[in-house]
Amino acid sequence: MNVQSNPVTSDDTSARVLSYAEAIREAMAIAMQADPTVILMGEDIGVYGGAFQVTLDLIDRFGPDRVMDTPISELGGAGVAVGAALTGLKPIFEFQFSDFAMLAMEQIVNQAAKLRYMLGGEAAVPVVFRMPSGSGTGAAAQHSQSIEAWFGHVPGLKVLQPSTPEDAKGMLLAALADPDPVMIFEHKLLYKTRGHVPEGSYLTPIGKALVRRAGSDLTIVAGSIMLHRALEAAEKLAVDGINVEVIDLRSIRPIDRETILTSVRKTGKLLVVYEGVKAYGVGAEISAMVAESDAFDYLDAPILRLGAADAPVPYNPDLERASVPQVDTIEAAARRLARREV
Amino acid sequence: MMDTDNRPFAIRQYAPAQLREALKRMYLIRRFEEGAEDSYTRGMIHGTMHLSIGQEGSAMATCMELTDDDKITSTHRGHGHCIAKGADVGRMFAEFFGKETGYCHGRGGSMHIADVKTGNLGANGIVGGGLPIAVGAALSAKRLGKSDVTVCFFGDGANNEGAFHESLNIASVWKLPVIFVCENNGYGMSTSTARSTAVPHIAQRAAAYSMPGTTVDGNDFSAVSEALHIAIARARAGEGPSLVENLTYRWRGHSKSDRNRYRTKEEIEAWMAKDPIARFRAELIAHGILDEAGADAIAAEAVADVQKGIEFAKASAAPDLSEVTRYVYAEAAL
Repeated sequence: MNVQSNPVTSDDTSARVLSYAEAIREAMAIAMQADPTVILMGEDIGVYGGAFQVTLDLIDRFGPDRVMDTPISELGGAGVAVGAALTGLKPIFEFQFSDFAMLAMEQIVNQAAKLRYMLGGEAAVPVVFRMPSGSGTGAAAQHSQSIEAWFGHVPGLKVLQPSTPEDAKGMLLAALADPDPVMIFEHKLLYKTRGHVPEGSYLTPIGKALVRRAGSDLTIVAGSIMLHRALEAAEKLAVDGINVEVIDLRSIRPIDRETILTSVRKTGKLLVVYEGVKAYGVGAEISAMVAESDAFDYLDAPILRLGAADAPVPYNPDLERASVPQVDTIEAAARRLARREV
Repeated sequence: MMDTDNRPFAIRQYAPAQLREALKRMYLIRRFEEGAEDSYTRGMIHGTMHLSIGQEGSAMATCMELTDDDKITSTHRGHGHCIAKGADVGRMFAEFFGKETGYCHGRGGSMHIADVKTGNLGANGIVGGGLPIAVGAALSAKRLGKSDVTVCFFGDGANNEGAFHESLNIASVWKLPVIFVCENNGYGMSTSTARSTAVPHIAQRAAAYSMPGTTVDGNDFSAVSEALHIAIARARAGEGPSLVENLTYRWRGHSKSDRNRYRTKEEIEAWMAKDPIARFRAELIAHGILDEAGADAIAAEAVADVQKGIEFAKASAAPDLSEVTRYVYAEAAL
């Protein structure tokens, strides 16, 4: 995948390439090496190596006391991670699929997100939840969802969505350095994608979007795998002289208001692309944010959103593909928006 | 020598000063609850609250051997736990009054009362919410090589939540230093344990998770402290969790909305006759730990402390309205 490098704190300019999964694993290893309070918890993350082989051999390097297979017990397991975070450990809890976090909503939303506030700042819950998410694997309705917007609605949480191996590593290290609960949505289709990853420790700032492609005709805001589809669509549009600015959202909560508004003021047109169900999603928040700001005056076309169909993720591969934004649907929507055919 | 001493466990085990302090804290819980109820009636406390009058023995005896390094997780009926663990009633009242000087700076109130410095990780508004958190605290102690234990208070209502079963299972599989203390007061809101729970004694559920389970008279200070003594020793020795069920009773309704249509006057009066404070006081006097005058003096101290606490809360400042989002995230971050 061909995307710009981040401005990060690392000065590594080598051409070292890792997969997204390897980058996440490297971040975990660096953190565990540096800080004995960092532990991993999750289902089948030990000898099995995780359902997506992200933890892989970390159990051999750090042992079963720090790479802990939990029972299939999401509420209990996530709650143990919350309690451990409250009392001195820094757990990284892997949900096998982000869909399974619904079994643990109580501990994530009622406990982790609210403890600091309910206790008037006298407590901290520095837990990281890793959330393998997204469609495209043929796993149907209960293993393919994109539920990041749900957590964007919860004060107290931070919600991230890395799109590149470099960010996947830098965001995990940033999440571990953060004193509050952080949820990182990792797209399953990105695990095997490869890209430049700096050596050593660096932090990708939480709450900062990034302009991955500069343009002047319209703005596309997209995150995770949708960034890559948007960039591909932008290349096709460039052939026809439509110059698209593509912003990698990266952080859903907190959201980078300034980067988005600045771009909209420049291009006057906004398309938001996300994999979650379109209604009440990330796009609604971003659209409203623009509509409520001075950037509204710069709009010269309605804001468009592309999200998932108003249906569970279907099994049939063609239906599944059709249910979420693809390069061609993004391209078509952007073309219409550029021509003000909306 | 020991086997010739047939005095109650607590009398044998604890120094007279410790026993007198325990009685003081039990009085303090009772007077605190009454003070909170009265303040609520006068409109100085809003929202709702869940009073633990009648359950003071369970709270105090359970915490008897805990240090500030040991943790507790508490419940919506958590005022007594907080006091038993060592909290200051002035800061508790301040929290109930919604004041900045409260333990949670007025953001938590009765249902989230906590005192992290004395090891109280907080009351919880979600039935069963504290159970996995307690197991996590025990995991921290184990991983960090500390000898701390965690006591997890929960009610009979929580024993049918999935969180109860998941937590006991994980604690047992990982042999964690946690003691699950069920305060069985007979009712989850209006639904009796007989109508809600498939086993006659909640402690029986320990068997499913390969840990010791004990049912004790929760209004008998000595019986509770002995059960905890054994469970804490087991936890500190690295042998894993235990479940202790304290049979007790709340004299008041579930919360302020309770019209008490599910319990009889006779039942309530029968339990009031088993007042844990009166029993403990009589036991201490019978064994020469104090005399009537000494007990009265302790009771009077509790009254004075509560009065002082209410005055402190009244005089404290409310949070600044501009700070409604303060404490959502760490101050340095964002």
